[in-house]
Amino acid sequence: MTHDATAPHAGAHPDARLFGLATFLVADGMTFAGFFAAYLTFRAVNPLPPGSSYELELALPTLNTVLLLLSSYTFHRAGRNLLRDDRAGCRTWLLLTALLGGAFLAGQMVEYFSLPFGLTDNLFASTFYALTGFHGLHVTLGVILILIVWLQSRQGGRVSAATPFGLEAAELYWHFVDGIWVVLYGILYLL
Amino acid sequence: MTVATPAETDLQRPSLQPEGWLRYFSFSLDHKVIGIQYLVTGFVFYLIGGALAGVIRTELVSPMADFVSRETYNEVLTLHGTVMIFLWIVPVVNGAFGNYLIPFYVGARDMAFPRLNAVAFWMIPPAGILLISSHFLTGSAQAGWTAYPPLSITTPAAAQVVWIISVLLLGGSSIFGAINFIATVLKMRRPGLELMNLPMFCWAMLGTSILVVLSTPVLAGALILLSFDIIAHTGFFNPALGGNAVVYQHLFWFYSHPAVYIMVLPAFGLVSEILPVHARKPLFGYTTMVYSIMGIVFLGLIVWAHHMFTSGTPPWMRLFFTIATSFIAVPTGIKFFNWLATLWGGRIALNSAMLFSCAFIVNFVFGGITGITLAQVPFDIHVHDTYYVVGHFHYVVYGGTVFVIFSSIYHWYPKFTGRLLNEDLGRLHFLLTFLGFNLCFAPHHWLGLNGMPRRVAEYDPQFTFWNQVSSVGALLMALSTLPFLVNVLWSLFRGRLAGDNPWNALTPEWLTSSPPPVENWPGEAPLVEHPYGYGIPPGHLDVGVTTGQELWTGARR
Repeated sequence: MTHDATAPHAGAHPDARLFGLATFLVADGMTFAGFFAAYLTFRAVNPLPPGSSYELELALPTLNTVLLLLSSYTFHRAGRNLLRDDRAGCRTWLLLTALLGGAFLAGQMVEYFSLPFGLTDNLFASTFYALTGFHGLHVTLGVILILIVWLQSRQGGRVSAATPFGLEAAELYWHFVDGIWVVLYGILYLL
Repeated sequence: MTVATPAETDLQRPSLQPEGWLRYFSFSLDHKVIGIQYLVTGFVFYLIGGALAGVIRTELVSPMADFVSRETYNEVLTLHGTVMIFLWIVPVVNGAFGNYLIPFYVGARDMAFPRLNAVAFWMIPPAGILLISSHFLTGSAQAGWTAYPPLSITTPAAAQVVWIISVLLLGGSSIFGAINFIATVLKMRRPGLELMNLPMFCWAMLGTSILVVLSTPVLAGALILLSFDIIAHTGFFNPALGGNAVVYQHLFWFYSHPAVYIMVLPAFGLVSEILPVHARKPLFGYTTMVYSIMGIVFLGLIVWAHHMFTSGTPPWMRLFFTIATSFIAVPTGIKFFNWLATLWGGRIALNSAMLFSCAFIVNFVFGGITGITLAQVPFDIHVHDTYYVVGHFHYVVYGGTVFVIFSSIYHWYPKFTGRLLNEDLGRLHFLLTFLGFNLCFAPHHWLGLNGMPRRVAEYDPQFTFWNQVSSVGALLMALSTLPFLVNVLWSLFRGRLAGDNPWNALTPEWLTSSPPPVENWPGEAPLVEHPYGYGIPPGHLDVGVTTGQELWTGARR
């Protein structure tokens, strides 16, 4: 039911939205954890067919990692600017974050097209595309969220220093996606 | 200085929500409406799943596949399992009672996220319709509710994919619900209400929701990979393409073992609410109950591979999972003895709610003991994939949870409707259910020990007699639904008026009108610090007062 102004608890309603989002991210993280566990088990017990290997080109993914970590920092700056009521600065940092996210996705595409294997070539190939693809979907959603927050943070929009929830939620999500990438980069590319 | 206070009373409330019976078919945000939506939807699916069970038991009356074909039998058993677990028990025991009761218990006017709550419910009917209509459109899945590859990869693909989509929707609904429960219990408590003052059902739902959040996503991930195997011909779980079918089993059971606790922990919580009320005694061992629930949550997450003792699991894994599984008997045993101690010396009112709850204790102990036997590797290898497992599982989930669901309906029906259910019909319902259930499932243990495999339409003629006994039991269970349905529908209009608190209960949902107003209490929510304070001499306790505050200041006089 809608909480109307006459209800005794009006205004005292605790805001659990960020907490709820964090709980959801735990669930989302468990999906990744399942994928990671499956991948590591495959790697430990299922030998690849002859002629295929786990080796991957490292330069582009490493650049991508740097871009994504940088974008976490720029998002953080956007949040700080919003709380200081510097709307213009906040929006600039937001756009920069979205650009970095877009660059990451572009880099991912370039990598996909340059890889010597396709989705069904072998177990490693399938797992590689499933993991990076699932993460890429998360990044795509994140970029969309950032652009929405960017729109909402304009003068008179619903994201402001007094009501920063939209930005805080997108930021929490973005840091989560970056954190997942670091693990993914470690076990998929470096291991 | 004078302060002008704005007149609050004559503000016209904008009403966007439908009123009356229509709200049960709407995107209502009221947790009580959503709870009833879950309950009724779930019960419809229970009838469908029950009809499917009827097909199974009819087929098994004779050793030959003469009632339905083998393929149809496979479809029916797959649908039966999926419908009963994902569309009846999980939504009802979590969604229905959780949504209805938790906001009352924490002293809130609604759940933390009412809109998410409605979304979670409305994911269920489409998923259910998708699952069941698949039977008529593409033929339904044939790989059982476990959908093990390579079986699920080689059976008809369209059906299996529809099954996966449906289960993904239901899993999403379950996760959204769990996020809501966790946030509501932890963040929405009325000021002054401590965690250790909460009714036990809150703890049960908190534990259940933690399990849902941690384990359901893993199943979702496994099913997404499985759908890739089916649609894109990747080889994650397909040994023919270099994949690993056992990894699917690990991921599947990482969810599906906790799923048993997702189905049974809320039932523990509900029983812990019902027993003290009808025995007029405080819940015994509140603190140990809380720690047992959390112990079950922790252990429930690390025992999954005991379902896979015949899947080539290495010896160290067998050893670890046997020991961990056996440990679950400790917290469960604590709860069992706490319930007995709650009943001990109480003034027990043996009404329908109490009968079902007491039968739950009996059935569940039996299901628990067979569970411990199944955790022992040598025994498990002997009875793996036999009817012993079917018997054990139904003792836990039907004898455990479904009995509690019925008990809860008898207990809370007056709260839902303001009218009491008919006791005579209720006892008839109980008698038929209890007899039918035990007649149906007890023989399964003997059948399994003697080697009758499950999930097969045909069997060795030596098993005919006990299968027929079991089918008679199933018939009784089917008949038992009739007095219940008549009772529920008749009492809705003609039942004895219950008043606000027919059981003289002390938990907060009874300290308001029946049925409750839209935001649960006309005034401030009561602060109930002792939800189980029964046994205080009746003269000292005025259960007629409307708030817990008054109740307790009165009692301590």
